[in-house]
Amino acid sequence: MSFLAQIGSVLLLFLAASGRLTLFALTGLAHCFRPPIYLRLIGRQMVDMGYYSLPVVGLTTLFSGMVLALQTYTGFARFNAESAIANVVVLSITRELGPVLAGLMVAGRIGASMAAELGTMRVTEQIDALSTLSTNPFKYLVAPRLIAGVTMLPLLVLVGDVIGVFGGYLVSVYKLGFNAGIYIHRTLDILETQDVVSGLVKAAVFGFIISLMGCYHGYNSRGGAQGVGVATTNAVVSAAILILIFNYIITELFFAK
Amino acid sequence: MSPPAPKIRIRGLRKAFGPKLVLDGIDLDVPDGQSLVVIGGSGTGKSVLIKCVLGIHTPDSGSIEIDGEEVTGLSAAERERVNRKFGMLFQGGALFDSLPVWENVAFGLIEGKGMRREAAKPRALVKLAQVGLTTEVAELSPSELSGGMQKRVALARAIATEPEIIFFDEPTTGLDPIMADVINGLIRKCVRELGATALSITHDMASVRKIADHVAMLYGGRIIWSGPVARLDESGNAHVDQFIHGRAEGPIQMQVRN
Ligand SMILES: Nc1ncnc2c1ncn2[C@@H]1O[C@H](COP(=O)(O)OP(=O)(O)O)[C@@H](O)[C@H]1O
Ligand SMILES: [Mg+2]
Repeated sequence: MSFLAQIGSVLLLFLAASGRLTLFALTGLAHCFRPPIYLRLIGRQMVDMGYYSLPVVGLTTLFSGMVLALQTYTGFARFNAESAIANVVVLSITRELGPVLAGLMVAGRIGASMAAELGTMRVTEQIDALSTLSTNPFKYLVAPRLIAGVTMLPLLVLVGDVIGVFGGYLVSVYKLGFNAGIYIHRTLDILETQDVVSGLVKAAVFGFIISLMGCYHGYNSRGGAQGVGVATTNAVVSAAILILIFNYIITELFFAK
Repeated sequence: MSPPAPKIRIRGLRKAFGPKLVLDGIDLDVPDGQSLVVIGGSGTGKSVLIKCVLGIHTPDSGSIEIDGEEVTGLSAAERERVNRKFGMLFQGGALFDSLPVWENVAFGLIEGKGMRREAAKPRALVKLAQVGLTTEVAELSPSELSGGMQKRVALARAIATEPEIIFFDEPTTGLDPIMADVINGLIRKCVRELGATALSITHDMASVRKIADHVAMLYGGRIIWSGPVARLDESGNAHVDQFIHGRAEGPIQMQVRN
């Protein structure tokens, strides 16, 4: 086969896959707003995704804030600019590290388990069984997960922001000997609403991506245990990549002048 | 007077997966209140046939009528309405492992028919009792049950909404002969009590003789023989004879190598 034909067929495959994913996302979204709404299922997904991810997200952002303070200190000391630690920590955490790290951690934790759960339901015919019991699988399985993703990740990131900044504070005050009052004052001084809002918008988009990828790959998995394994891997990898891509796009939208 | 319309009427049903043609023009009638069993080897497309009727697979061409209504190409909402007439026992049970046994059985009542959970639970317990399971089982998770018990729960779920048409996909596969006979007996009893129409598929001849009124044999993507179960032994069809006696020699050649 000629080289061009190969490029063409890969491109066609890619377009077909994007089309299927878009259709899947739109169908899932439509079912988020059309009754019946399964409050019980939404609640369960929210607890799974929000509450049980708190330790992971908290630890990640705590240590990121701490290491950020330490690195900034050693780096900025060369320019006698140590006093910028508070600014660097709070802006990095709220704008970038909070949402991205929380997104990646939750993608690993929740995206994988969604894909595994739906994939198992697919290969054991449980998804087929839903439709024979007059229940739309999109409404019952996909919509609650999308809703939980979009609402819970911003909350997680908000908590993560606070913990991350606190991590920076701990290192600055107790290890590097900065004045606690001044550190807090600087943090609040530099912080603008837009910093936090952009982070939360990112988080909502990331939450949607995580749930979408988990559901899409799980829902379409086939071929037994191996197929479920592939679906799980694909869900995590594609969610992670999309998170980083959309992180850039949203940053561009918010901050590019 | 014209004969009554069949409950399920399938004409010219074709379904392929990619290049692989699985169903190649199926014609099949299931009369109202009767039990039809489709027999055929593994991988001949028996499950695909049932899933086309259920709307899980979309046929490439052909017609499927339920109570005289064409159901191919229905919208999702209309499909849900038609599916309310159906109960389905899946090959592997397909119980929801995130829900306890009683919620599995009550699922169609709660989600499909909008019944309150408190009202649905006693109904589920009655159905469980009908298939010989006690109330202790009701609170367990499906994964805590043996294969035979899972089949019973799946049967209870299939009949819980008192459907007009029940589908059984290999109800006895993977069970020991005694448990298989118990399940066959339960299927017969449940279908009788509901006055339902049943479409089953199996390759278990004991099951066929116990639950079938009519038998149809699927081979090479087509129905090659059909008739009342009493005529199964004198079908005069070499394929059917080979199948019901389980002989390796005959017109049906197993593909050992591809
Ligand atoms: N979703 C699917 N995608 C591709 N091929 C399928 C699918 N479902 C079934 N098949 C193929 O159709 C054929 C018939 O399958 P099936 O109806 O499950 O057989 P059985 O008669 O044992 O129930 C098999 O060869 C199988 O590989
Ligand atoms: Mg099968």
